[in-house]
Amino acid sequence: MLDAARLRADFPLLRQRENGHPLVYLDNAATTQKPQSVLDAITEYYRTTNANVHRGAYDLAIRATEAYEAARAKLAGFVNAWAPEGVVFTRGTTEAINLVAGAYGRAHVRAGDSVVVTAMDHHSNLVPWQMLCQEKGATLRMVEITEDGRIDLSDYGRALERRPKIVAFPYVSNALGTVNPAAQLARLAHAVGAVVVVDGAQSTPHLRVDVQALDCDFYALSGHKMLGPMGSGALVARPELLDAMPPYHGGGEMISRVWDDHSTYNTIPHKFEAGTPNVEGAVGLAAAIAYLEGVGPERIAEHEQALAAAAIERLAQIEGVTVYGPRDHRAGVVSFTYGDIHPHDIATILDQDGICIRAGHHCAQPLMRRLNVPATARASFYLYNGLDDVDVLAGGLVKAGALFGYVPA
Amino acid sequence: MDTSPPDPQLSALYQELILDHYRRPRNKGTLDDATHSVSLNNPLCGDEIDLQLRVDGDVIKEARFIGRGCSITQAAASMMTQLLKDRSIPHALALADRMSAMMHGDEAAARDKALGELRALAGVSKFPVRVKCALLPWNALTDAIKA
Repeated sequence: MLDAARLRADFPLLRQRENGHPLVYLDNAATTQKPQSVLDAITEYYRTTNANVHRGAYDLAIRATEAYEAARAKLAGFVNAWAPEGVVFTRGTTEAINLVAGAYGRAHVRAGDSVVVTAMDHHSNLVPWQMLCQEKGATLRMVEITEDGRIDLSDYGRALERRPKIVAFPYVSNALGTVNPAAQLARLAHAVGAVVVVDGAQSTPHLRVDVQALDCDFYALSGHKMLGPMGSGALVARPELLDAMPPYHGGGEMISRVWDDHSTYNTIPHKFEAGTPNVEGAVGLAAAIAYLEGVGPERIAEHEQALAAAAIERLAQIEGVTVYGPRDHRAGVVSFTYGDIHPHDIATILDQDGICIRAGHHCAQPLMRRLNVPATARASFYLYNGLDDVDVLAGGLVKAGALFGYVPA
Repeated sequence: MDTSPPDPQLSALYQELILDHYRRPRNKGTLDDATHSVSLNNPLCGDEIDLQLRVDGDVIKEARFIGRGCSITQAAASMMTQLLKDRSIPHALALADRMSAMMHGDEAAARDKALGELRALAGVSKFPVRVKCALLPWNALTDAIKA
C-alpha cells in the first residue's frame, strides 16, 4: 500500500479539523482535494503567464497558449489519446457527454434508431441521451444490472441486437464501484456498428486508462475528481470523428471565417472550444496529472482496492450493514446501508466525528430503484486515505448504531 | 477506535420520540376521500412525501402521508399529521410558521406547546443541512393548501 500519511501532507485542506476531529475525507467519488503542487501551478499561472490564448501577438499570450496546449498534450499522454487534437477541454464529464450527444448524436441519430445506456449510469450519462432520444424520436434502451451490481452481459447482448447508433456506459460505477469490462463492451458494440461513449469520471482518477486499448470512440473525464481544479475536464475522442462532427457551441475561437449570415469553423479541437477556455483549469489539471504520474496509477488502483477490501471486511462485521456492488472487479467505492438508519442520518452522525461521506442517490436514481433502496451511504477512497481512515469510519458507524439502538451505547 | 459516547447534540437530534415516530409513523397511508393532495421531493437527497388532507369547511379532518426519507423527515411528517387533525387551515398555516421559526433557532417557538411533540425536533436547528428534512412535510402542507 501507499504511504497515505506521507501523501496527505501534500494536501493542505486535509490538515484541517472538522467538528473538533481530524478530517477524514471519504467522499472522493464526489470530488477530490488538491495537492499544494496544483494550487501552486494555478497561482503561478496567474502570477506569470495569464493572457487570453490563441489570440495575442505578444509573448505573454504566446506563453499562455503554450501552457494551455502543453496541458492538452499532458492529458493526451496520460490517457493515451489518439492525438492531442482529439482532446477537447470541457467543464467536466457532464459537458463532454452533452457535447457528444449534442453534436455527434444530433447529427447521426434519427427517428427509430436506438441508443443504449446502462442502469448504473450516472445521470450525466443518461439524461443527455434521454433528451437526444426525445428530440429525435429514437428509443433509449437501458441495460439491466446483475444482482451483485455488474452490467448484465446477456441483456447487453440483447440491446445490441437492435443495432444501436450509440452505446454509452461507465468504466467505473460511481455508486457501486464496479469496474466494467470496458474493452469487451466496446468490442461488442463496435461489432454491431455502434459508436462507444465511455463515462470515465470514476476511472481516470483511479486506474491506468488507455483509451486506444479500450478502443472506445469518446471518453469523458473530470479534472476535479483527479486532484485537479473544479470546472476542468475533457472529451477525448477519435480525431476523425471530431473532425466530421458539427460544432457544439458557437462563438469566438471555434470559427475560421465569419460572414454576415454564416461561418466556417476552426480545426479540431478548437472547433469545440468556443469562447475563452478555462486555462487555469487546464494548467491545474496538468499539475494534477504530474502528481498522479509521480505516484503511479497502478499503485493508486492497488492501494484503493486494498482500502475498499478492508472497509468491506470491517463493515461486514457490523451486524445490520449491507454492502452493495460486486466483491471483486471494484474500485475504491463502498456503498452501504445500515439497518433502517437512513443514509442521511448516518452522514450526519459521521460528520460529528469529522468523517465526510456521501448519502443519497449518487445521481443514479434508476440504479437505486433496482437496488430497492431510496439511498445509500457511500465511502470513497483515494490515494491519501489509509487504513486508519477505515478504522475511524467503522468507529463512527458503531456510534450511529448505538444512537439507533443497534448496538449497546 | 473512538469509543467516546455520542455528543449531546447528536443525542438531542436522535432522541427516543423521534426514532419512535420514524419506526412507527402515525397516519401513514392514503385517504380515499382526500380533498387536497400534493407530492413533494427534495431532488438533492431524494426524500419524497405524498401528503393528503381531508378538509371540511376550513377544518382539516384528517391528514395522511406516504413517502420515504430520513428519520427527521419521517418523524416530522408523522408528528405533523397528528397535530393537524381538527385544526383550521389558518391555524395549520400558523403552525407551519412556528415550525419554520423553531427550525431557524427561535427558542420561544421551541418552547411553544402548540407545536406538541414536534418540539422534539428543536435539535435539528443545530444541523443546518437537515433543516430542510424537518420542513419538507410542512412545505408539502402549505403547497397542498395553496393548490
